[in-house]
Amino acid sequence: MSARMAAAWALLPDYLAWHVLLSASALVLGVVISLPLAVAASRSARLRWPVLGMASLIQTIPSLALLALFYPLLLAISALSVRTLGVGFPALGFLPSLLALTLYSMLPILRNGVTGITGVDPALREAADGVGMTPRQKLLKVELPLAAPVIMAGVRTAAVWTIGAATLSTPVGQTSLGNYIFSGLQTENWVFVLFGCAASAALALVADQLLALVETAARQRSRALAIAGFAGLAAGVVLALLPLVSFGQPAAYVIGAKNFSEQYILAELMADRLQGAGARVQRKEDLGSAVAYRALAAGEIDAYVDYSGTLWTNVLKRPDNPGRRAVLGQLTTELKRRDGVLVLGSLGFENAYAFVMRPDRAAALHITSIADLAREAPQLNLGSDLEFLSRPEWKAVEGAYGLRFRSQRAYQPTFMYRALSGGEADVISAFSSDGRIAADHLVVLSDPRGAIPPYDAVVLISPKRAHDARLLAALQPLIGKIPVEAMRQANLTVDRDQAKATPAEAAAALRKQLGL
Amino acid sequence: MRATPPVMVGAIELRGVEKRYGAQAALAGVSLAVAAGEFVALVGGSGSGKTTLLKTINGLIRPDGGEILVQGERVGDQPPYVLRRKIGYVFQEIGLFPHLSVAENIAITPKLSGWDTARIAQRTETLLDLVALPPGVGTRAPAELSGGQRQRVGVARALAAEPKIMLMDEPFGALDPLTRDQLGSDYRQLHERLGLTTVMVTHDMAEAVLLADRIVVLAHGRIVADGKPAELLATTKDPEVRALLEAPKRQAERLRARLAGEAS
Repeated sequence: MSARMAAAWALLPDYLAWHVLLSASALVLGVVISLPLAVAASRSARLRWPVLGMASLIQTIPSLALLALFYPLLLAISALSVRTLGVGFPALGFLPSLLALTLYSMLPILRNGVTGITGVDPALREAADGVGMTPRQKLLKVELPLAAPVIMAGVRTAAVWTIGAATLSTPVGQTSLGNYIFSGLQTENWVFVLFGCAASAALALVADQLLALVETAARQRSRALAIAGFAGLAAGVVLALLPLVSFGQPAAYVIGAKNFSEQYILAELMADRLQGAGARVQRKEDLGSAVAYRALAAGEIDAYVDYSGTLWTNVLKRPDNPGRRAVLGQLTTELKRRDGVLVLGSLGFENAYAFVMRPDRAAALHITSIADLAREAPQLNLGSDLEFLSRPEWKAVEGAYGLRFRSQRAYQPTFMYRALSGGEADVISAFSSDGRIAADHLVVLSDPRGAIPPYDAVVLISPKRAHDARLLAALQPLIGKIPVEAMRQANLTVDRDQAKATPAEAAAALRKQLGL
Repeated sequence: MRATPPVMVGAIELRGVEKRYGAQAALAGVSLAVAAGEFVALVGGSGSGKTTLLKTINGLIRPDGGEILVQGERVGDQPPYVLRRKIGYVFQEIGLFPHLSVAENIAITPKLSGWDTARIAQRTETLLDLVALPPGVGTRAPAELSGGQRQRVGVARALAAEPKIMLMDEPFGALDPLTRDQLGSDYRQLHERLGLTTVMVTHDMAEAVLLADRIVVLAHGRIVADGKPAELLATTKDPEVRALLEAPKRQAERLRARLAGEAS
């Protein structure tokens, strides 16, 4: 328990710094865009409706979806910019998060801005005209100062929303306090989840109180209070950002990971090897499958572990299954040719999609293979992870065996196993290297028609690092060295309920066990 | 009716000014010349167009037709704020800026016109004295003053940049009768001392008779009577105008009768 707390505290400077940088930038950008828009909207009733309507519409998009939508959008714009201007920009991480959060922060500022400015007493506008102010002077000397308390109240709301929503930038590859929550949820590390929630809530409260000071200053027209509020905000931001300042250090290697324990452990293992060689390492965790490969191809991450079958079906769009060795061979040449991505090699184990049942249930229904499963499927409930049902592998299996389940439900992997043991799901789509299969004595159904492709865990290197001697030297020794039993054991120590290890601890244990 | 005094310096001149709100004509071709130094009261019932007429002079309302000259320059030829900095404007709601002190409110037009700080400070002090406010109120917020004091600040603010022309829209309408009487006669003295040209909108005929040199009566967007108070009463044939002009006299007589009756 205290070890996990210590691990959480150790990560705080980095996570907090990024979280503050991201939400402060989004808020400043939101204010800079929203204020002129609010002024324009307060002047013209014809503009007011579309502007406020648009901002409200953006607010109805779930914030996670808004963040996710910016990735393909930026990817397309970046591709266009590479073609026309010769320069691209990262589509993952800070930029999409910043844009989405900026959009998200705009509604309260716009709404309060319009309310505040249109709420100024008409007699004061008449007086401003009467004493000979230009329209600009009227705005700056009368309307904005009088609307300031209402506008600041809007900025406060926006700040709290933005800081909360910034936790959702983790899945698009931006480090934030959300890293605690997403990885904690994945590995059932509730200390991490609570720590992430508490840190984000505390940050929101502090920002809110400092902005409240500025709001009070605007209301009481107190210069001293305003200075105190802004100084507090500035000091807080600078203090939070200190860990990000790295004077003259070489660019860090960026190691990616998808959103499950095995990926965290392998990312730690790779990061550890690199750090051992004296390199600086950043991590981008909790990436979606498709996002991870595209980020690697675009050079936004330098290395990560993927699985041959995933690349075969999702990247190369191949429906066939020519066998383990052929898949690996063709992947190596095809990915190099297509994207310049280097397949460094297989780690030595497979992590395939597998259909898994509780032993008692399988025995009662006489199911040992997916063919048997197809027979009983209409009375059974399938539990899957969040991606599986939309992946081509599922289409292949569904087609090959004619699977028709009574119901299909998607879960976070952790909850999927709960559903299986609780009986809400009769069969689940598991990963063959998952430690919980052996620990719970679950039955893995065979695939007599070979519908599921092989899933060798392979290390991928981005095109720009394909000839990076230090990176290759650090990761090469891992190739072919990790047997599936060792991986299962490491996964289990992170996934189990009792005596849980952090991914870093599991990686250290694995390294020791394998003598790396 | 005797013609308006010969225009030596045409302080304000309106030629066939029209203003329509939808189908409603607020001003139906009004022509009026105000000489420098005159104190003109614009009177008439509500909807007669008196406020609209006043606001066309400093460009707060843009007319649909006709032209307006202020000190020989056509309104609309220069940016409205340039014109307004040369014309004092006082209105019933006063419109003191709540986020500025009394002194800052008074100093606003000189500041906009780029006066230096020392001159502004001196002017503010002079003005507080001119409108009979104690110098201590300069640092106070407008909300701390009484209604009458606030309108004194309003008058001081309008006079700050030393305008020659003052436009007043029911300036004392919201004050209690005593304050109103005091402020009215104080302003009349200022008008003379500073050699101002004043156009004041009022619906109170007694106020118009007591303060103004000349009364212009409007009805349905037209001038229906124009002259010195005594002349008007003697010459006008319009029964409505007569009724309007006689109202203060009748009221005074009734008052005297009632008070005398009670005393005996």
